[in-house]
Amino acid sequence: MGWLRRLDRRWIFLSMLLAVAIPQLTQARVPEKPTPLVMAVFDKIESLPDGSLVLISFDYGPSAQGELAPMATALMRHCCLKRHKLVLMTLWPDGKPLVERAINQVLVDEFADFGFKYGVDYVNLGYKPGKEVVIKTIANSFRTEFPTDDGDRKLDDLPLTADLTSLADMDLLVSISAGFPGLKEWVQYASSPLKIPLAVGATAVQAPQAYPYIPGQLLGILAAIKGAAEYEVALGEVYPKYSEPKMQDGVRRMAPQLWAHLLIIGLIVLGNIAAFSERFERPRP
Amino acid sequence: MKSTIPWLIAAVAGSVVIAAYFIPAAQSWQDAIGQWFEVLAAVAFILGGANLCLQNLQKISARQAGWGYAAVTLVSFVVTLGVGLLKIGVPVEDPQHPWAGSYQAEGSAEWWLFEYAYNPLVATMFALLAFYVASAAFRAFRLKNAEATLLLLTAFVVLLGRTYAGTVLTAQVPDEYSAFSIPGLTTIIMGVFNTAGQRAIMIGIALGVAATSLKVLLGINRSYLGSGDG
Amino acid sequence: MNREKRIWGILFVLAGCFLLYRAMLTRDGMGKVYLKPAAAAVADAPPSYVRARPDDPQAALSLPRTLGIWFAAFLTLSIFSFLYKDNPFYRFAEAVMVGVSAAYLMVAGFWDGIVPKLLGRLAPAQMSWASPSLENQSPDWWGLVPLVMSAMLLARLLPRGGWIARWPLAFIVGTYAGIRLISFLDADFVSQIRNTIVPLVVMNQAGQLDLWGSVRNVLMIVGVLSSLAYFYFSLDHKGAYGVVARVGVWYLMITFGASFAFTVMGRIALFASRLEFLFDDWLWLIDPLGKRSDLL
Repeated sequence: MGWLRRLDRRWIFLSMLLAVAIPQLTQARVPEKPTPLVMAVFDKIESLPDGSLVLISFDYGPSAQGELAPMATALMRHCCLKRHKLVLMTLWPDGKPLVERAINQVLVDEFADFGFKYGVDYVNLGYKPGKEVVIKTIANSFRTEFPTDDGDRKLDDLPLTADLTSLADMDLLVSISAGFPGLKEWVQYASSPLKIPLAVGATAVQAPQAYPYIPGQLLGILAAIKGAAEYEVALGEVYPKYSEPKMQDGVRRMAPQLWAHLLIIGLIVLGNIAAFSERFERPRP
Repeated sequence: MKSTIPWLIAAVAGSVVIAAYFIPAAQSWQDAIGQWFEVLAAVAFILGGANLCLQNLQKISARQAGWGYAAVTLVSFVVTLGVGLLKIGVPVEDPQHPWAGSYQAEGSAEWWLFEYAYNPLVATMFALLAFYVASAAFRAFRLKNAEATLLLLTAFVVLLGRTYAGTVLTAQVPDEYSAFSIPGLTTIIMGVFNTAGQRAIMIGIALGVAATSLKVLLGINRSYLGSGDG
Repeated sequence: MNREKRIWGILFVLAGCFLLYRAMLTRDGMGKVYLKPAAAAVADAPPSYVRARPDDPQAALSLPRTLGIWFAAFLTLSIFSFLYKDNPFYRFAEAVMVGVSAAYLMVAGFWDGIVPKLLGRLAPAQMSWASPSLENQSPDWWGLVPLVMSAMLLARLLPRGGWIARWPLAFIVGTYAGIRLISFLDADFVSQIRNTIVPLVVMNQAGQLDLWGSVRNVLMIVGVLSSLAYFYFSLDHKGAYGVVARVGVWYLMITFGASFAFTVMGRIALFASRLEFLFDDWLWLIDPLGKRSDLL
């Protein structure tokens, strides 16, 4: 067992590469089933009257894009299918291009047939520095924080935001969050004091910390890439077009996830076997 | 004096924000403080950038080890800053206001740098952690005692339960006992045990934050002002 | 030349040959970006473009984006090369990351923070070249307060007089202390206690005992109280109290085990997305989104 104890970590790295790369190259797929916390978010968006006002905050940057972008896309698709009005923003400076990318991908390209108009069906408020202070301010007054949208158009001149005063006007808040500022701050400064329904999509690292807020302060949570996959499946069950594999980024990424998880378990077991063997092989004094 | 005035500033700013929670009339003061705060948050980015610039300039001028990489940092910094501040390549929407477009509008130079340099670099840097987690799993997680065993068994259940493996491994469990399947156990772990543990941690942190905030506002804790005369 | 260098040399040549083959000798090539005009979201807006399939009649090759894909692939591989060992490619990529990210944040801070919140407030007419919405607005002289504080904060860069920066720093710390005091007590303390006050015996709608609901609530309350007991160090963890604290430790171990598993999940998802970029956008080995063909 000495070889196991002396194993060069680069063999471990190589095994991780293969565990993720092979399922990706073979385009393997595994089935997913939505869990109650994901369905709580899905059902809320589904049950809101068509044309409800939904604020989505992209509280992440490129570092968490692999986990959160599929969630953002799936949530936006669902809102578009329900013709909800979208107010988009970000608390992260490097989240701004990701908001624009999501707009281009979903609202402009995929839903071109729906004829969504900027300022009527959706608005991009962009980014403002200040972290949670931004939430605290818009909880009281949108105009103080965002007199204009990201393209310098006055909120008063846009039909969607002309009558918007504060967060209390929103039917639903959604934070897709990778850390600080993110879901915790939306709970602390918006959903808790204002009692507005809040749904979140969270990275795997942040998700376990969000559970204590459920159900009083959070109506549901899309936890990690699996949360995104479950949401995509839920969407595909109601809107069959979205059960196509190319519409399911999250589901696609669950196959590499499966093999990598098995590898991690295998490595922990192997590591313990190596440690135990050392104890037995060591000459007793 | 050098710590009394800063403390008074901190105390007044904090007290106004607290007062606004209870007195609606004070909300406009809180909004004003929030706006000033946001300006300082933006200035902090400039301060950080300027600091980085100075440090790398010092490294280059002193020809310290790795000064070539400091030069690469500096060039990347200056180029990104220049194209961003000058809005190079930003499409002109309104000929009357050619500078009004967004600094990182799609197709602009800043957008290109974000999309093809910043984005892959940051995302890959975080992706590296997958390999180190694997290495740590092999080298560090040992069944040393009951607590470590509990931690590892929980991790195994959740790792399996969050993928299709959990479903396959306990496919034979009847529906009425689905709570004892691996996905069912994962749901219980997250919804009950994790929630209880996280809630206790959350309550502890909340008390800590409240105590620290009070100390700052009352002037008992002035460590944020740094050491030195005061 | 030692054995290791020889092996790496061969691997690099093989990888180069593979790339040349993919790029030059296959029908579609690799690492190219095609665009087509998008429907304008705003009337009179300049033309915007969306990704197009190569066989789309409206599609045109975008050279800047194609170069971008190759540059991004180079940077991605440079960062991954650190897994083998520290090397100049990694150091270069790391240096670029530090420079670009610091400057990007600075640019964001300037255009999204300082222009609208400071300069636009103090001199709206003069700043309307960058922000036309400021036209016809009158100056807000309260903007002088953050202007002075900003200047004081920047004094940290001076060799002497850095203490002046303590004033704006105190303002930042005081504001944070104020907003966090209330929000943490409300959302993370009082609300969490309220969320934990649940019935120990749960009855369903038919008036019968809901056994699982009751067990769940009991486990939850025991978990919160025992974990809190563990964190209370003013009492010795001995006797009955020690037993309660020990139960708390078990709960916390389960919590940390779950967090570890979730962390693993997150890191792998990030790696998978980078690998997908290399296989899909750069090498064109897979096409999960149907960007190039109808294979799906």
